[in-house]
Amino acid sequence: MFKLFEPNKIFKITSKAPKYVLFLFIVVLSVGLVEALIISPEDYKQSDAVRIMYVHVPAAWISLGIFSSITLLSICGFVFRNKNFFLISKSLAPSGFVFNIIALVTGSIWGKPTWGTWWAWDARITSMLILALFYAMYLIVWRIYDKEEKVYKISTIITILGIINVPIIKYSVDWWNTLHQPASINILSKSSIHSSMLYPLLIMTAAFALFSLLIFLMKYNTELIKIKNKGLDRL
Amino acid sequence: MINELFFMNGYAVYVLSAFSFTLLSFLGLYLVTKMQFVKEQNKFVAKFGSLTTEQANSAKSQRINKEILANVTNN
Repeated sequence: MFKLFEPNKIFKITSKAPKYVLFLFIVVLSVGLVEALIISPEDYKQSDAVRIMYVHVPAAWISLGIFSSITLLSICGFVFRNKNFFLISKSLAPSGFVFNIIALVTGSIWGKPTWGTWWAWDARITSMLILALFYAMYLIVWRIYDKEEKVYKISTIITILGIINVPIIKYSVDWWNTLHQPASINILSKSSIHSSMLYPLLIMTAAFALFSLLIFLMKYNTELIKIKNKGLDRL
Repeated sequence: MINELFFMNGYAVYVLSAFSFTLLSFLGLYLVTKMQFVKEQNKFVAKFGSLTTEQANSAKSQRINKEILANVTNN
């Protein structure tokens, strides 16, 4: 089954896809921005400061999703001895890291008008900061080691250690008394967010997901060309 | 409406700075990734150009190499 996704076979698609994904991203982002900044209502408690949610929450969701995917792919790469899994993980990491930073910075900006402080060593915020450190370590490992086997091993260990932090991030607001509010959106039970705010949030999440797909495709193509460059050296 | 957008009940400075930071981060990441891609593509073309005819034919037998060269020509 994995042969279907071999780089040689899918490059034709991955090399052409970015321009279409970029177009779709711009369209969805434009709609999302209008919804988030103009159409959606203000909150009865937080007033217009609530609009920060439309960039903060999708960024946090996607950074967590990407880290979970990286971990799963790295483990699969190890189990099935397939380099392509590692290549996909490596290509996903930069956008995951940037989304994590966006979640931290926009959260800090949101904290000032709502909590009266830019930063608090709160369980949710601190665990997100730890995730950013794991992302940074993961990216650094790919930069500093040359031997592939060593990189695969160390990067997988980092993701396995880092994934322990993901449920901590998710449940930190339930396990500890935190400044951070509990989740307003639940997949399994009724969400406490009104549809007039939920739809813009989902549109912005779709835009952010498209952006991470765009960066992933561009990065994946770059990595494939890098490998082919090494192949030309060996001719 | 424009006034509302730039005032937002006094929260505009926080809201717009959060959105600006996000969009600038997107732009920065996109440009860095694009630059890395173009750099590797150019390196590939330069290396391909320095191959002998025999080596070039052998390299062209791989579908992915042909695709990379085709993409460069299309761009």
